[in-house]
Amino acid sequence: MSDNNSVDLTAPTSPPEPRLDTGGAMETLGRSKASRRSFIKGVVASGAVVSSAGYVFGGLSGCTPEQAATPGGVERLLRLNINGEMRSVDVLPNETLAMTLRYKLGLTGTKLGCDRGECGACTVLVDGVPNYSCSTLTHTVRSKEVRTIEGLEGANGELHPVQQAMIDELSPQCGFCTPGQIMSAVALLETNPSPTRDEARHALSGNLCRCGAYDHYLNAVMRAAQSA
Amino acid sequence: MSKDMMPHFELYQPDSVETALDLLGRFGEDGWAMAGGHDTLDWFKDRAKYAANVVDLGGIESLRGIRAVGDGIEIGAMTTLTEIANSDAVQSRFSVLSSAAGRVASPQIRNVGTLGGNLNQDARCWYYRYGVDCYRAGGNTCYADTPEGQNREHCLWGADRCVAVSPSDVAPAMVVLDARMVIRSADGEREVAAEDYFIGPEIDIERMTAVEPGELLTAVRIPGDWANARFYFEKVADRNTWDFPLVNIASAMVVENGAISRIRMAAGAVQCTPRRLSVVEEVVTGSPPDEETAALAGQAAVRGATPLNFNHFKIPLLENLVKRAIRDA
Repeated sequence: MSDNNSVDLTAPTSPPEPRLDTGGAMETLGRSKASRRSFIKGVVASGAVVSSAGYVFGGLSGCTPEQAATPGGVERLLRLNINGEMRSVDVLPNETLAMTLRYKLGLTGTKLGCDRGECGACTVLVDGVPNYSCSTLTHTVRSKEVRTIEGLEGANGELHPVQQAMIDELSPQCGFCTPGQIMSAVALLETNPSPTRDEARHALSGNLCRCGAYDHYLNAVMRAAQSA
Repeated sequence: MSKDMMPHFELYQPDSVETALDLLGRFGEDGWAMAGGHDTLDWFKDRAKYAANVVDLGGIESLRGIRAVGDGIEIGAMTTLTEIANSDAVQSRFSVLSSAAGRVASPQIRNVGTLGGNLNQDARCWYYRYGVDCYRAGGNTCYADTPEGQNREHCLWGADRCVAVSPSDVAPAMVVLDARMVIRSADGEREVAAEDYFIGPEIDIERMTAVEPGELLTAVRIPGDWANARFYFEKVADRNTWDFPLVNIASAMVVENGAISRIRMAAGAVQCTPRRLSVVEEVVTGSPPDEETAALAGQAAVRGATPLNFNHFKIPLLENLVKRAIRDA
Protein backbone atom coordinates (compact mmCIF):
# COMPACT_ATOMS: atom_id res chain seq x y z
CA MET A 1 0.00 0.00 0.00
CA SER A 2 1.25 3.45 -0.76
CA ASP A 3 2.02 6.03 1.84
CA ASN A 4 -0.17 8.49 0.06
CA ASN A 5 -2.36 9.34 3.00
CA SER A 6 -1.63 12.98 3.44
CA VAL A 7 -4.33 15.56 3.86
CA ASP A 8 -3.66 18.61 1.73
CA LEU A 9 -2.26 21.26 4.04
CA THR A 10 -3.30 23.99 1.64
CA ALA A 11 -6.93 22.90 1.80
CA PRO A 12 -9.42 25.69 2.45
CA THR A 13 -10.75 26.15 5.97
CA SER A 14 -14.23 25.00 5.03
CA PRO A 15 -14.80 21.27 4.66
CA PRO A 16 -14.12 20.09 1.13
CA GLU A 17 -17.08 19.22 -1.09
CA PRO A 18 -17.79 15.51 -0.99
CA ARG A 19 -16.32 13.94 -4.07
CA LEU A 20 -17.45 10.76 -5.69
CA ASP A 21 -14.23 10.51 -7.59
CA THR A 22 -12.53 7.45 -6.20
CA GLY A 23 -9.29 8.19 -7.92
CA GLY A 24 -9.52 5.27 -10.30
CA ALA A 25 -10.30 2.74 -7.61
CA MET A 26 -13.65 1.99 -9.22
CA GLU A 27 -12.04 1.07 -12.52
CA THR A 28 -9.63 -1.16 -10.70
CA LEU A 29 -12.59 -2.83 -9.06
CA GLY A 30 -14.22 -3.47 -12.41
CA ARG A 31 -11.11 -4.85 -14.03
CA SER A 32 -9.68 -7.08 -11.37
CA LYS A 33 -12.86 -8.10 -9.56
CA ALA A 34 -11.21 -6.94 -6.36
CA SER A 35 -13.04 -7.81 -3.17
CA ARG A 36 -15.16 -5.22 -1.40
CA ARG A 37 -12.56 -5.11 1.33
CA SER A 38 -9.64 -4.33 -0.92
CA PHE A 39 -11.80 -1.77 -2.72
CA ILE A 40 -12.50 0.02 0.55
CA LYS A 41 -8.86 -0.13 1.57
CA GLY A 42 -7.90 1.19 -1.85
CA VAL A 43 -10.17 4.16 -1.35
CA VAL A 44 -8.70 4.85 2.05
CA ALA A 45 -5.19 4.80 0.65
CA SER A 46 -5.98 6.90 -2.40
CA GLY A 47 -6.65 10.60 -2.66
CA ALA A 48 -10.27 10.04 -1.72
CA VAL A 49 -9.16 10.20 1.90
CA VAL A 50 -9.71 13.91 1.63
CA SER A 51 -13.43 13.54 1.12
CA SER A 52 -13.87 10.79 3.70
CA ALA A 53 -11.82 12.81 6.16
CA GLY A 54 -14.42 15.55 5.94
CA TYR A 55 -16.90 13.09 7.38
CA VAL A 56 -14.74 11.11 9.76
CA PHE A 57 -12.62 13.92 11.07
CA GLY A 58 -15.29 16.50 11.69
CA GLY A 59 -14.70 18.85 8.80
CA LEU A 60 -10.92 18.84 9.07
CA SER A 61 -10.98 21.21 11.98
CA GLY A 62 -7.46 22.20 12.84
CA CYS A 63 -6.15 21.37 9.41
CA THR A 64 -5.35 24.91 8.47
CA PRO A 65 -1.67 25.81 8.39
CA GLU A 66 -2.18 28.69 10.83
CA GLN A 67 -3.54 26.41 13.57
CA ALA A 68 -0.90 23.78 12.99
CA ALA A 69 1.73 26.45 13.49
CA THR A 70 0.60 27.39 17.02
CA PRO A 71 3.81 27.79 19.03
CA GLY A 72 4.56 24.82 21.27
CA GLY A 73 1.92 22.65 19.65
CA VAL A 74 2.76 19.30 18.11
CA GLU A 75 4.04 18.84 14.56
CA ARG A 76 1.34 17.17 12.54
CA LEU A 77 3.53 15.30 10.10
CA LEU A 78 4.78 12.19 11.85
CA ARG A 79 6.95 9.21 11.04
CA LEU A 80 5.47 6.28 12.88
CA ASN A 81 7.00 2.86 13.40
CA ILE A 82 4.13 0.54 12.52
CA ASN A 83 4.90 -3.18 12.32
CA GLY A 84 8.57 -2.42 11.79
CA GLU A 85 7.97 -0.03 8.88
CA MET A 86 8.37 3.71 9.12
CA ARG A 87 5.13 5.25 7.84
CA SER A 88 4.68 8.95 7.15
CA VAL A 89 1.32 10.24 8.19
CA ASP A 90 -0.42 13.51 8.87
CA VAL A 91 -1.98 13.26 12.32
CA LEU A 92 -4.39 15.67 13.96
CA PRO A 93 -3.73 16.56 17.61
CA ASN A 94 -7.04 14.96 18.64
CA GLU A 95 -6.61 11.82 16.58
CA THR A 96 -6.55 8.41 18.24
CA LEU A 97 -4.22 5.65 17.17
CA ALA A 98 -7.18 3.51 16.10
CA MET A 99 -8.29 6.30 13.75
CA THR A 100 -4.80 6.67 12.29
CA LEU A 101 -4.36 2.95 11.78
CA ARG A 102 -7.74 2.33 10.24
CA TYR A 103 -8.48 5.48 8.30
CA LYS A 104 -5.07 6.89 7.43
CA LEU A 105 -2.93 3.76 7.08
CA GLY A 106 -5.61 1.32 5.92
CA LEU A 107 -4.76 -1.15 8.69
CA THR A 108 -8.35 -2.20 9.29
CA GLY A 109 -7.45 -5.38 11.14
CA THR A 110 -7.57 -3.31 14.33
CA LYS A 111 -11.26 -3.03 15.20
CA LEU A 112 -13.15 -0.21 16.84
CA GLY A 113 -15.77 -1.53 19.21
CA CYS A 114 -16.80 0.91 21.91
CA ASP A 115 -14.24 3.68 21.26
CA ARG A 116 -14.14 4.20 25.05
CA GLY A 117 -11.54 1.71 26.30
CA GLU A 118 -14.30 -0.59 27.49
CA CYS A 119 -14.13 -3.54 25.09
CA GLY A 120 -10.58 -4.26 23.92
CA ALA A 121 -11.33 -4.78 20.20
CA CYS A 122 -8.81 -2.05 19.33
CA THR A 123 -5.93 -3.58 21.33
CA VAL A 124 -2.51 -3.07 19.72
CA LEU A 125 0.99 -3.41 21.15
CA VAL A 126 2.95 -0.27 21.91
CA ASP A 127 6.56 -1.22 22.66
CA GLY A 128 5.26 -4.73 23.21
CA VAL A 129 2.62 -3.70 25.76
CA PRO A 130 -1.13 -4.01 25.06
CA ASN A 131 -2.85 -0.63 24.72
CA TYR A 132 -6.33 0.38 23.70
CA SER A 133 -5.65 2.23 20.45
CA CYS A 134 -9.04 3.98 20.68
CA SER A 135 -7.91 5.72 23.84
CA THR A 136 -4.34 6.52 22.82
CA LEU A 137 -3.56 9.75 21.01
CA THR A 138 -1.40 8.94 18.00
CA HIS A 139 0.98 11.74 18.96
CA THR A 140 1.84 9.91 22.18
CA VAL A 141 3.33 6.91 20.31
CA ARG A 142 5.56 9.00 18.07
CA SER A 143 8.82 7.46 19.21
CA LYS A 144 7.46 4.01 19.97
CA GLU A 145 6.97 0.75 18.11
CA VAL A 146 3.38 -0.10 17.27
CA ARG A 147 2.38 -3.64 16.37
CA THR A 148 -0.98 -4.49 14.96
CA ILE A 149 -2.57 -7.77 13.88
CA GLU A 150 -1.19 -7.13 10.38
CA GLY A 151 2.35 -7.25 11.76
CA LEU A 152 2.16 -10.77 13.18
CA GLU A 153 2.55 -12.96 10.12
CA GLY A 154 5.99 -14.22 9.20
CA ALA A 155 8.14 -13.23 6.22
CA ASN A 156 6.53 -15.85 4.01
CA GLY A 157 3.01 -15.10 5.12
CA GLU A 158 2.88 -17.91 7.68
CA LEU A 159 0.60 -17.23 10.60
CA HIS A 160 1.85 -16.36 14.07
CA PRO A 161 1.57 -19.36 16.42
CA VAL A 162 -1.24 -17.58 18.30
CA GLN A 163 -3.15 -16.97 15.06
CA GLN A 164 -2.70 -20.60 14.00
CA ALA A 165 -3.81 -21.81 17.42
CA MET A 166 -6.92 -19.63 17.23
CA ILE A 167 -7.84 -21.40 13.98
CA ASP A 168 -6.99 -24.85 15.28
CA GLU A 169 -9.07 -24.33 18.40
CA LEU A 170 -11.97 -22.71 16.48
CA SER A 171 -11.67 -19.88 18.97
CA PRO A 172 -13.51 -17.00 17.32
CA GLN A 173 -17.22 -17.07 16.83
CA CYS A 174 -18.13 -13.82 15.08
CA GLY A 175 -14.47 -12.79 15.03
CA PHE A 176 -14.83 -9.10 15.75
CA CYS A 177 -12.91 -9.17 19.02
CA THR A 178 -10.33 -11.67 17.71
CA PRO A 179 -7.57 -9.26 16.60
CA GLY A 180 -7.62 -7.68 20.06
CA GLN A 181 -7.64 -11.05 21.82
CA ILE A 182 -4.70 -12.18 19.69
CA MET A 183 -2.66 -9.05 20.44
CA SER A 184 -3.19 -9.50 24.20
CA ALA A 185 -2.19 -13.17 23.88
CA VAL A 186 0.92 -12.35 21.84
CA ALA A 187 2.06 -9.83 24.45
CA LEU A 188 1.49 -12.37 27.23
CA LEU A 189 3.48 -15.11 25.52
CA GLU A 190 6.36 -12.76 24.78
CA THR A 191 6.78 -11.99 28.47
CA ASN A 192 5.58 -15.31 29.86
CA PRO A 193 6.02 -18.14 27.33
CA SER A 194 4.35 -20.81 29.46
CA PRO A 195 1.52 -19.18 31.39
CA THR A 196 -0.99 -21.00 33.52
CA ARG A 197 -4.58 -20.88 32.32
CA ASP A 198 -5.33 -18.38 35.08
CA GLU A 199 -2.48 -16.14 34.01
CA ALA A 200 -3.80 -16.27 30.45
CA ARG A 201 -7.30 -15.46 31.67
CA HIS A 202 -5.91 -12.47 33.54
CA ALA A 203 -3.92 -11.28 30.53
CA LEU A 204 -6.97 -11.47 28.27
CA SER A 205 -9.33 -9.96 30.83
CA GLY A 206 -9.24 -6.57 29.10
CA ASN A 207 -10.82 -8.00 25.95
CA LEU A 208 -14.57 -8.48 25.84
CA CYS A 209 -16.19 -11.16 23.67
CA ARG A 210 -19.91 -10.67 23.03
CA CYS A 211 -20.14 -14.26 21.76
CA GLY A 212 -18.76 -15.51 25.07
CA ALA A 213 -16.00 -17.56 23.42
CA TYR A 214 -13.61 -16.88 26.29
CA ASP A 215 -12.75 -20.50 27.00
CA HIS A 216 -12.08 -21.13 23.32
CA TYR A 217 -9.67 -18.21 23.26
CA LEU A 218 -7.95 -19.55 26.35
CA ASN A 219 -7.67 -22.98 24.70
CA ALA A 220 -5.84 -21.31 21.83
CA VAL A 221 -3.48 -19.39 24.11
CA MET A 222 -2.58 -22.59 25.94
CA ARG A 223 -2.05 -24.41 22.63
CA ALA A 224 0.12 -21.60 21.29
CA ALA A 225 2.17 -21.66 24.49
CA GLN A 226 2.86 -25.36 24.01
CA SER A 227 3.68 -25.09 20.33
CA ALA A 228 6.06 -22.17 20.72
CA MET B 1 -22.26 5.05 20.11
CA SER B 2 -20.44 7.86 18.46
CA LYS B 3 -17.18 6.93 16.74
CA ASP B 4 -16.42 10.24 15.11
CA MET B 5 -13.54 12.40 16.16
CA MET B 6 -13.30 14.27 19.40
CA PRO B 7 -13.70 18.03 19.07
CA HIS B 8 -10.48 19.63 17.95
CA PHE B 9 -7.91 20.67 20.56
CA GLU B 10 -4.31 21.72 20.44
CA LEU B 11 -1.89 19.20 21.93
CA TYR B 12 1.25 20.14 23.85
CA GLN B 13 3.89 17.63 24.87
CA PRO B 14 6.29 19.31 27.30
CA ASP B 15 9.34 17.41 28.55
CA SER B 16 9.62 19.12 31.93
CA VAL B 17 7.28 19.94 34.80
CA GLU B 18 8.26 23.62 34.52
CA THR B 19 7.14 23.81 30.89
CA ALA B 20 3.94 21.93 31.69
CA LEU B 21 3.13 24.33 34.55
CA ASP B 22 3.96 27.28 32.34
CA LEU B 23 1.63 26.05 29.61
CA LEU B 24 -1.18 25.27 32.04
CA GLY B 25 -0.73 28.66 33.67
CA ARG B 26 -0.89 30.36 30.29
CA PHE B 27 -4.05 28.52 29.20
CA GLY B 28 -5.90 28.86 32.52
CA GLU B 29 -9.41 27.50 32.18
CA ASP B 30 -8.80 26.53 28.56
CA GLY B 31 -6.01 24.15 29.57
CA TRP B 32 -6.25 20.50 30.53
CA ALA B 33 -3.53 18.29 32.00
CA MET B 34 -3.65 14.79 30.56
CA ALA B 35 -1.91 11.79 32.12
CA GLY B 36 -2.74 8.35 30.65
CA GLY B 37 -5.72 9.88 28.88
CA HIS B 38 -8.47 7.34 29.51
CA ASP B 39 -10.53 9.67 31.69
CA THR B 40 -9.65 12.71 29.59
CA LEU B 41 -10.57 11.31 26.20
CA ASP B 42 -13.89 9.90 27.42
CA TRP B 43 -14.95 13.37 28.53
CA PHE B 44 -14.02 14.81 25.15
CA LYS B 45 -15.60 12.00 23.13
CA ASP B 46 -18.85 12.35 25.05
CA ARG B 47 -18.80 16.13 24.58
CA ALA B 48 -19.40 16.43 28.31
CA LYS B 49 -16.23 18.48 28.92
CA TYR B 50 -13.88 20.26 26.62
CA ALA B 51 -10.58 22.08 26.70
CA ALA B 52 -8.98 23.88 23.78
CA ASN B 53 -5.44 23.06 24.94
CA VAL B 54 -4.40 19.66 26.17
CA VAL B 55 -1.06 19.29 27.90
CA ASP B 56 0.15 15.69 27.66
CA LEU B 57 2.35 14.88 30.66
CA GLY B 58 3.53 11.58 29.15
CA GLY B 59 6.84 12.97 27.91
CA ILE B 60 8.06 14.19 31.30
CA GLU B 61 10.60 11.58 32.36
CA SER B 62 11.11 13.06 35.84
CA LEU B 63 7.50 12.14 36.68
CA ARG B 64 8.12 8.43 36.16
CA GLY B 65 9.59 5.77 38.34
CA ILE B 66 9.77 4.37 41.85
CA ARG B 67 12.69 5.49 44.03
CA ALA B 68 13.83 4.69 47.56
CA VAL B 69 13.70 7.82 49.71
CA GLY B 70 14.80 7.53 53.32
CA ASP B 71 13.04 4.51 54.79
CA GLY B 72 10.18 4.84 52.35
CA ILE B 73 9.61 5.20 48.63
CA GLU B 74 8.64 7.94 46.22
CA ILE B 75 6.51 7.16 43.18
CA GLY B 76 6.35 9.58 40.26
CA ALA B 77 2.83 10.63 39.34
CA MET B 78 3.20 9.35 35.77
CA THR B 79 4.29 5.87 36.83
CA THR B 80 1.82 3.39 35.35
CA LEU B 81 -0.42 1.23 37.50
CA THR B 82 1.12 -1.88 35.90
CA GLU B 83 4.59 -0.71 36.98
CA ILE B 84 3.34 -0.19 40.54
CA ALA B 85 1.52 -3.53 40.63
CA ASN B 86 4.66 -5.35 39.42
CA SER B 87 7.23 -3.36 41.38
CA ASP B 88 9.39 -5.38 43.78
CA ALA B 89 9.88 -2.34 46.00
CA VAL B 90 6.11 -1.93 46.37
CA GLN B 91 5.20 -5.61 46.53
CA SER B 92 7.80 -6.44 49.14
CA ARG B 93 7.03 -3.67 51.63
CA PHE B 94 3.73 -1.99 50.70
CA SER B 95 1.74 -4.79 49.11
CA VAL B 96 -1.57 -3.08 49.88
CA LEU B 97 -0.65 -0.60 47.16
CA SER B 98 0.45 -3.14 44.57
CA SER B 99 -2.72 -5.14 45.22
CA ALA B 100 -4.88 -2.05 44.80
CA ALA B 101 -3.07 -0.91 41.64
CA GLY B 102 -3.45 -4.40 40.18
CA ARG B 103 -7.21 -4.31 40.65
CA VAL B 104 -7.85 -1.11 38.71
CA ALA B 105 -9.85 -1.36 35.48
CA SER B 106 -8.30 -3.73 32.92
CA PRO B 107 -4.73 -4.77 31.97
CA GLN B 108 -4.62 -2.40 29.01
CA ILE B 109 -5.84 0.53 31.11
CA ARG B 110 -3.31 -0.25 33.86
CA ASN B 111 -0.57 -0.34 31.19
CA VAL B 112 -1.32 3.27 30.30
CA GLY B 113 -3.17 4.58 33.34
CA THR B 114 -0.97 6.37 35.83
CA LEU B 115 -0.85 6.80 39.58
CA GLY B 116 -1.60 10.52 39.26
CA GLY B 117 -4.40 9.95 36.80
CA ASN B 118 -5.99 7.37 39.03
CA LEU B 119 -5.78 9.57 42.13
CA ASN B 120 -7.08 12.64 40.29
CA GLN B 121 -9.82 10.98 38.26
CA ASP B 122 -13.19 12.65 38.29
CA ALA B 123 -16.42 11.32 39.80
CA ARG B 124 -18.08 8.44 37.98
CA CYS B 125 -21.70 9.40 38.70
CA TRP B 126 -23.35 8.61 35.39
CA TYR B 127 -25.60 11.65 35.47
CA TYR B 128 -22.55 13.84 35.83
CA ARG B 129 -20.67 11.89 33.16
CA TYR B 130 -23.63 12.24 30.84
CA GLY B 131 -23.02 15.98 30.84
CA VAL B 132 -26.12 17.17 32.70
CA ASP B 133 -26.09 20.43 34.64
CA CYS B 134 -25.85 18.85 38.07
CA TYR B 135 -24.33 20.55 41.12
CA ARG B 136 -20.90 19.13 40.38
CA ALA B 137 -21.11 20.47 36.84
CA GLY B 138 -21.98 23.93 38.11
CA GLY B 139 -25.78 23.56 38.02
CA ASN B 140 -28.32 23.43 40.84
CA THR B 141 -29.76 19.92 40.75
CA CYS B 142 -28.69 16.42 41.73
CA TYR B 143 -30.17 13.84 39.39
CA ALA B 144 -28.93 10.84 41.37
CA ASP B 145 -30.52 11.74 44.71
CA THR B 146 -34.16 11.82 43.58
CA PRO B 147 -36.95 9.25 44.11
CA GLU B 148 -36.28 7.76 40.67
CA GLY B 149 -32.56 8.48 40.57
CA GLN B 150 -30.36 5.43 39.96
CA ASN B 151 -27.96 5.68 42.87
CA ARG B 152 -26.84 2.11 43.46
CA GLU B 153 -23.18 3.18 43.16
CA HIS B 154 -23.51 6.34 45.24
CA CYS B 155 -22.59 7.37 48.75
CA LEU B 156 -23.41 6.27 52.29
CA TRP B 157 -21.82 9.30 53.94
CA GLY B 158 -21.01 12.89 53.21
CA ALA B 159 -23.87 13.76 50.87
CA ASP B 160 -23.86 17.50 50.30
CA ARG B 161 -25.92 18.29 47.19
CA CYS B 162 -23.68 15.78 45.34
CA VAL B 163 -23.83 12.06 46.23
CA ALA B 164 -20.96 10.82 44.03
CA VAL B 165 -18.24 8.62 45.54
CA SER B 166 -14.48 8.40 45.32
CA PRO B 167 -13.93 5.97 42.40
CA SER B 168 -10.28 5.15 43.01
CA ASP B 169 -8.91 1.80 44.17
CA VAL B 170 -5.50 3.26 44.87
CA ALA B 171 -6.71 6.17 47.02
CA PRO B 172 -7.73 4.11 50.10
CA ALA B 173 -4.32 2.39 50.00
CA MET B 174 -2.65 5.81 49.99
CA VAL B 175 -4.66 6.91 53.03
CA VAL B 176 -3.75 3.70 54.84
CA LEU B 177 -0.03 4.13 54.09
CA ASP B 178 -0.22 7.76 55.27
CA ALA B 179 1.24 8.85 51.92
CA ARG B 180 2.28 12.44 51.23
CA MET B 181 1.11 13.92 47.97
CA VAL B 182 3.69 16.21 46.38
CA ILE B 183 2.07 19.13 44.58
CA ARG B 184 4.06 21.49 42.38
CA SER B 185 3.17 24.92 41.11
CA ALA B 186 5.16 27.75 39.58
CA ASP B 187 5.71 28.98 43.15
CA GLY B 188 7.22 25.77 44.44
CA GLU B 189 6.31 22.51 46.06
CA ARG B 190 3.95 21.56 48.87
CA GLU B 191 3.08 18.28 50.52
CA VAL B 192 -0.40 17.23 51.53
CA ALA B 193 -1.31 14.14 53.54
CA ALA B 194 -3.35 11.66 51.50
CA GLU B 195 -6.19 12.02 53.96
CA ASP B 196 -6.46 15.75 53.27
CA TYR B 197 -5.71 15.45 49.56
CA PHE B 198 -9.16 14.19 48.68
CA ILE B 199 -11.92 16.70 49.28
CA GLY B 200 -15.68 16.39 49.47
CA PRO B 201 -18.46 18.57 48.07
CA GLU B 202 -18.61 20.56 51.33
CA ILE B 203 -15.16 21.96 50.50
CA ASP B 204 -15.47 22.25 46.73
CA ILE B 205 -18.21 20.56 44.79
CA GLU B 206 -16.50 20.91 41.42
CA ARG B 207 -13.24 19.12 42.18
CA MET B 208 -12.20 16.07 44.14
CA THR B 209 -8.67 16.87 45.24
CA ALA B 210 -6.71 19.65 46.89
CA VAL B 211 -4.90 20.37 43.62
CA GLU B 212 -5.62 23.98 42.73
CA PRO B 213 -5.68 25.38 39.21
CA GLY B 214 -2.07 25.93 38.14
CA GLU B 215 -0.82 22.99 40.22
CA LEU B 216 0.18 19.43 39.37
CA LEU B 217 0.53 16.31 41.46
CA THR B 218 4.10 15.28 40.69
CA ALA B 219 4.81 12.42 43.09
CA VAL B 220 3.60 10.46 46.08
CA ARG B 221 5.91 9.82 49.03
CA ILE B 222 5.20 6.78 51.11
CA PRO B 223 6.91 6.79 54.51
CA GLY B 224 8.35 3.61 55.97
CA ASP B 225 5.94 3.71 58.97
CA TRP B 226 3.72 0.94 57.68
CA ALA B 227 6.24 -1.08 55.70
CA ASN B 228 5.68 -4.84 56.02
CA ALA B 229 2.55 -4.40 58.12
CA ARG B 230 -0.23 -6.97 57.76
CA PHE B 231 -2.03 -5.59 54.74
CA TYR B 232 -5.45 -6.26 53.35
CA PHE B 233 -7.04 -5.00 50.14
CA GLU B 234 -10.28 -6.13 48.62
CA LYS B 235 -12.44 -4.63 45.92
CA VAL B 236 -16.01 -5.63 45.21
CA ALA B 237 -17.39 -4.61 41.83
CA ASP B 238 -20.08 -5.91 39.50
CA ARG B 239 -17.44 -7.19 37.09
CA ASN B 240 -13.90 -8.32 37.84
CA THR B 241 -12.44 -6.25 35.00
CA TRP B 242 -12.99 -2.60 34.12
CA ASP B 243 -15.49 -1.89 36.83
CA PHE B 244 -15.20 0.75 39.49
CA PRO B 245 -15.60 -0.43 43.07
CA LEU B 246 -18.99 -0.75 44.72
CA VAL B 247 -16.94 -0.78 47.91
CA ASN B 248 -13.25 -1.40 48.44
CA ILE B 249 -11.27 -1.72 51.64
CA ALA B 250 -7.61 -1.21 52.46
CA SER B 251 -5.94 -1.75 55.80
CA ALA B 252 -2.54 -1.93 57.44
CA MET B 253 -2.25 -3.59 60.80
CA VAL B 254 0.62 -4.29 63.19
CA VAL B 255 0.08 -7.17 65.60
CA GLU B 256 2.29 -7.51 68.69
CA ASN B 257 1.94 -10.24 71.29
CA GLY B 258 -1.29 -11.41 69.69
CA ALA B 259 -2.97 -8.01 69.87
CA ILE B 260 -3.43 -5.25 67.32
CA SER B 261 -1.03 -2.50 68.35
CA ARG B 262 -1.48 -0.14 65.40
CA ILE B 263 -3.95 -0.08 62.54
CA ARG B 264 -5.11 2.19 59.72
CA MET B 265 -8.10 1.36 57.59
CA ALA B 266 -9.91 3.14 54.77
CA ALA B 267 -12.82 2.32 52.47
CA GLY B 268 -13.46 3.61 48.98
CA ALA B 269 -16.70 4.25 47.07
CA VAL B 270 -18.75 4.96 50.20
CA GLN B 271 -18.34 8.73 50.24
CA CYS B 272 -16.79 11.40 48.07
CA THR B 273 -13.36 10.82 49.60
CA PRO B 274 -11.69 7.62 50.80
CA ARG B 275 -13.32 7.07 54.21
CA ARG B 276 -10.80 6.65 56.99
CA LEU B 277 -12.40 4.23 59.44
CA SER B 278 -11.04 5.84 62.60
CA VAL B 279 -13.82 4.35 64.72
CA VAL B 280 -12.79 0.87 63.70
CA GLU B 281 -9.16 1.66 64.42
CA GLU B 282 -10.07 2.77 67.96
CA VAL B 283 -12.37 -0.16 68.61
CA VAL B 284 -9.89 -2.86 67.62
CA THR B 285 -6.61 -1.50 68.91
CA GLY B 286 -5.44 -3.69 71.78
CA SER B 287 -7.63 -6.63 70.78
CA PRO B 288 -6.59 -9.82 69.01
CA PRO B 289 -7.44 -9.93 65.27
CA ASP B 290 -10.04 -12.64 65.74
CA GLU B 291 -13.64 -13.29 64.75
CA GLU B 292 -15.07 -11.41 67.72
CA THR B 293 -12.98 -8.30 67.15
CA ALA B 294 -13.78 -8.48 63.45
CA ALA B 295 -17.53 -8.56 64.17
CA LEU B 296 -17.25 -5.51 66.43
CA ALA B 297 -15.17 -3.72 63.82
CA GLY B 298 -17.74 -4.40 61.12
CA GLN B 299 -20.55 -3.01 63.26
CA ALA B 300 -18.53 0.05 64.16
CA ALA B 301 -17.66 0.71 60.53
CA VAL B 302 -21.21 1.15 59.29
CA ARG B 303 -22.54 3.26 62.15
CA GLY B 304 -24.16 6.43 60.87
CA ALA B 305 -24.39 5.28 57.25
CA THR B 306 -27.20 7.06 55.41
CA PRO B 307 -28.14 5.03 52.36
CA LEU B 308 -29.95 6.39 49.31
CA ASN B 309 -32.82 4.56 47.60
CA PHE B 310 -30.81 1.86 45.87
CA ASN B 311 -27.54 1.46 47.76
CA HIS B 312 -28.61 -0.13 51.06
CA PHE B 313 -26.62 -3.20 50.02
CA LYS B 314 -23.40 -1.28 50.55
CA ILE B 315 -23.91 -1.33 54.32
CA PRO B 316 -23.59 -5.11 54.84
CA LEU B 317 -20.97 -5.15 52.08
CA LEU B 318 -18.78 -2.66 53.92
CA GLU B 319 -19.41 -4.43 57.22
CA ASN B 320 -18.22 -7.74 55.77
CA LEU B 321 -15.18 -6.23 54.10
CA VAL B 322 -14.10 -4.64 57.38
CA LYS B 323 -14.55 -7.98 59.13
CA ARG B 324 -12.36 -9.70 56.59
CA ALA B 325 -9.72 -7.00 56.78
CA ILE B 326 -9.35 -7.69 60.51
CA ARG B 327 -9.79 -11.45 60.49
CA ASP B 328 -8.11 -12.51 57.23
CA ALA B 329 -5.23 -10.06 56.89
